[in-house]
Amino acid sequence: MRTALLAIGVIIGLTRFAAGFTVEEETVFPSAGVEQQRIAILSTTDTAVLKPLIEAYQSRNPDIAVHYTVASSQEVFAAIQSERLAFDLVISSAMDLQMKLANDGFAAPYRSAATEALPRWARWQDRLFAFAQENVVLIASNEGLEGLGLPQTRRDLIEMLRDNPNRFRGRIGTYDPSLSGAGYLFATQDARQSDSFWRLAEVMGSLAPRLYISSNDMITDLKQGTLVLAYNVLGSYAGPRLAGDGDTSVVELEDHTLTLLRTGLVPTTAETPELGGAFLDFLLGAEGRRLLRDAAGLPPIDETALSSGPHLRPMRLDPGLLVFLDAIKRRAFLDEWSAALQQN
Amino acid sequence: MRGAKVVRFLLVEDNPDLAQSVADRLRLDGHAVDPAASLGEARDCLAAAPYDLILLDIALPDGDGRDFLRQERRSGRDTPIIVMTARAEVSDRVNVLDLGADDYVTKPFDFAELEARCRAVLRRRGTALQTVQHFAGMTFNPLNASVSVDGEMRELRNRELRLLEILLAAPERIFSKAQICDRLFSYAESVTDNAIEVYVARLRKKLEGSGARIETVRGLGYKLTAQ
Amino acid sequence: MRRAPLSLRLRLVLQLLGIAAVLAIMLYFTVRTVAEQAAEATQDGVLGAATLAIAESLQGGDSGVGVDLPYEAFSILGSISADRVFYRIDADGATLTGYDDLPLPEEAGVAVVPVFYTRPFRDTEVRIAAVARMLLVAREPVPVLVMVAQTRQGQEAIAQRVAQRAAAIGLGSFALAAALSLLTAGSVLRPINRLADAVGRRGPQDLRSVDRPTPAELRPLVTALNGFIARLRGALNRTETFIAEAAHHIRTPLATVRARAEIALRQSKSEEMRATLRAVIRAVEESSRSAGQLLDHATVVARTDRLADEKVDLAKLVAAQADAFRPTAELRDLTIHHSGTDRPVIVQGDRALIEAALRNLIDNAIKYSPPETSVDLDLTTGAEALIEVADRGRGLSGQAQSKLTQRFIRGENAGDIIGSGLGLTIVAEVAVAHGGHFDLTEREGGGACARLYLPLA
Repeated sequence: MRTALLAIGVIIGLTRFAAGFTVEEETVFPSAGVEQQRIAILSTTDTAVLKPLIEAYQSRNPDIAVHYTVASSQEVFAAIQSERLAFDLVISSAMDLQMKLANDGFAAPYRSAATEALPRWARWQDRLFAFAQENVVLIASNEGLEGLGLPQTRRDLIEMLRDNPNRFRGRIGTYDPSLSGAGYLFATQDARQSDSFWRLAEVMGSLAPRLYISSNDMITDLKQGTLVLAYNVLGSYAGPRLAGDGDTSVVELEDHTLTLLRTGLVPTTAETPELGGAFLDFLLGAEGRRLLRDAAGLPPIDETALSSGPHLRPMRLDPGLLVFLDAIKRRAFLDEWSAALQQN
Repeated sequence: MRGAKVVRFLLVEDNPDLAQSVADRLRLDGHAVDPAASLGEARDCLAAAPYDLILLDIALPDGDGRDFLRQERRSGRDTPIIVMTARAEVSDRVNVLDLGADDYVTKPFDFAELEARCRAVLRRRGTALQTVQHFAGMTFNPLNASVSVDGEMRELRNRELRLLEILLAAPERIFSKAQICDRLFSYAESVTDNAIEVYVARLRKKLEGSGARIETVRGLGYKLTAQ
Repeated sequence: MRRAPLSLRLRLVLQLLGIAAVLAIMLYFTVRTVAEQAAEATQDGVLGAATLAIAESLQGGDSGVGVDLPYEAFSILGSISADRVFYRIDADGATLTGYDDLPLPEEAGVAVVPVFYTRPFRDTEVRIAAVARMLLVAREPVPVLVMVAQTRQGQEAIAQRVAQRAAAIGLGSFALAAALSLLTAGSVLRPINRLADAVGRRGPQDLRSVDRPTPAELRPLVTALNGFIARLRGALNRTETFIAEAAHHIRTPLATVRARAEIALRQSKSEEMRATLRAVIRAVEESSRSAGQLLDHATVVARTDRLADEKVDLAKLVAAQADAFRPTAELRDLTIHHSGTDRPVIVQGDRALIEAALRNLIDNAIKYSPPETSVDLDLTTGAEALIEVADRGRGLSGQAQSKLTQRFIRGENAGDIIGSGLGLTIVAEVAVAHGGHFDLTEREGGGACARLYLPLA
């Protein structure tokens, strides 16, 4: 019954934003009882991932329907900044774009016990809140690496690539920062963390790397044997998909491993901002955290996990994120990246 | 005045009217009085003759009576001194007794009271205004206020004693009730003739068995006779 | 109707509180202003440094102005407070990058050091730092303007915290000052209260001068008070002296009159004359009695305010008075019966006054006793010393003690009432002056019984 309703919702949704806003998926979760209210959520996270949370939320609030729309991070940003579409909650893994929305005044202030309980590094003002922390990892095909051993640092990785150019030529995958927002964010943050990023880019450039726009595609190609290594893959995607797969390894590089914060904000365009805030509270609450970890495979905000992993570098939620969104800066960075990749 | 002892008074008083009056009054009772108007005169008198009693005023032209009192006692003379004070401040009265005065009277004084005090002072010193008198088988001893009849001693009360003294001063002489009254009672008291009859009757009883008898002279008064 | 002036304490406390309030408010605004200025200066410093860092990264060249936004410059801006950040870089009047709607500084010629200004921007208000640079682009000098803006929420939050802290400090210092002002008022007023207590506690006849140490400010008051007391005492002394002198001057001629009258009485044969003389003698007696009591009373009044403080043996005193009155009593065939303890009974007080009281009591008892009765003196001790003087006179005739002055009326003329009434007054006053009391009751079996209670030493 519910599946049928969902299907109807998806069909309706596809036609809704015909003008200038590309929606990947749109689902309505009808209320269990008589619908009194409806939350509109705009998200970069796949419906399937957050579905258990939405349903749990609805079982608590049977009179609320949830309208869940999935789009790319750029589309999500544009929907709010340019198109001023009315959503009650915006969820995105693109920290820099979320930060820009908040900084430029598109996020409404929201304050609750749950948001106050967040650590300082997991929120910005009372406008932007992180609810999941996901490591950016290296994944490797054990079969493809046979005899070489897993690299633990970028230095190891660079040496391994240099020493075995034939084995890795055309079999390394990473994001294309010029096409992928996440890829650009990871690359710029990597570059900030260490100079080894540029050396790695040069080495990879000499090995004809394959460039992707999503982590899922990289994982798929690795599993199919097309890739031996995939660099800067979201661990939260890799974890569930590679679980029980003895052929691949997930590596958190020890020199530094970036941690992405998946954030939510209540846009100023919200029609019912209190509902957006309520759903955010649910994500941050005890049940939400449990469901995030167990059902969605997204690690909830956990300070002890960070302090026990000294190699983890959570990306800072501060205006520094705006710097690489600057058009000149972006062009300069991409130019440099292209140069590094294509030098040979 | 038979048997009555003459008491010599030295009266130290600077007010001449009062001095004269007191001297006259004392002489009326048969006492000898030398008046002295100042402390100087008083010393001269004391140097010349012995006295039984000194009546001493406090405020005198040549000094304070209390200084005189102090000197007298310091010099070892113990002539009884009764201070007559007009000031009558409580402290003065206490003071003069401390300085060695035998007693004091406050001016204006009742002569009966002065007499009584003199009598008391002299009695304390072993002298009496009158010596023992014998009359018609009765012996009168003013020192212990008693009469003896046939060796039987009978005590007299104060007024009986004074009545006897009055009559004994002039036996056979008739004293009117008014005369007796004046000397027996305070002038402040209102006394009836009846009261005198009470004392006369008592005294008669005390004199029973002796030859002395108080006769009533109808219309005139009383007299003491020997049977 | 005139309103009562505010109490000194209230006045002092109100003024001190007023001062404390003013100081606390000044403190509040001073702390706030200084802290806000400091916060703004700090914020400006960071904003200026970020702007300069961007300006440093500008580069000229043939192709145009090169910008390399330093990541740390922005990141540092967020490190102090989570404020929103905006920037704008203009080259030759055209916006190169950033927020092209960010307000420009007012003066055209912005210096190489940052200029700060505050402007509304979009939905908020921002603090902007602007720095100008000249760059060579294709060998031509191009003016470049770098602006970095930051919202002031962090600073406002600091200001709010500071204001709260300042308010707490102000309130705290006010509370402290209030407490201190209460203490101060108490301590300043204590000498006045003590003085008032000391004067207020005095008995109605206590005319000693005030000799407790007082602060200099109160000394004129105390001096004036003492002067007043001294004048009052002087007046009383003069009255006493006057009465003593008057008594002296009356008594001596009275004595002469009396002596003359007695002599005349003895010598007069006329009953009519004798009655006249008796009346003269009675009048003299009454006059001298009144004079004596007036004098006694004046003495009692004069001495109660500077009571001699000596140990008085009542046993000795009662015995001496019994002896002194015996001749007088005997004249009327009265016995003075003296009983009670002959061990010393010591009270603290003025011997002369106690003696005066006792003398008045015995004198009265004798005067009102019928002949051949006894006047009974008794001295006992319990919680207090008790002197009892009892007679077999007419008693109180059922009159209340408060009306007992009538008992002393002995003639028909009104002048006697004063003299006679004083006997009892003297006894009562002496009793009170010594912290004791006096009563007069009907005696069982007829007569009156006077009791004088005095506290034991």
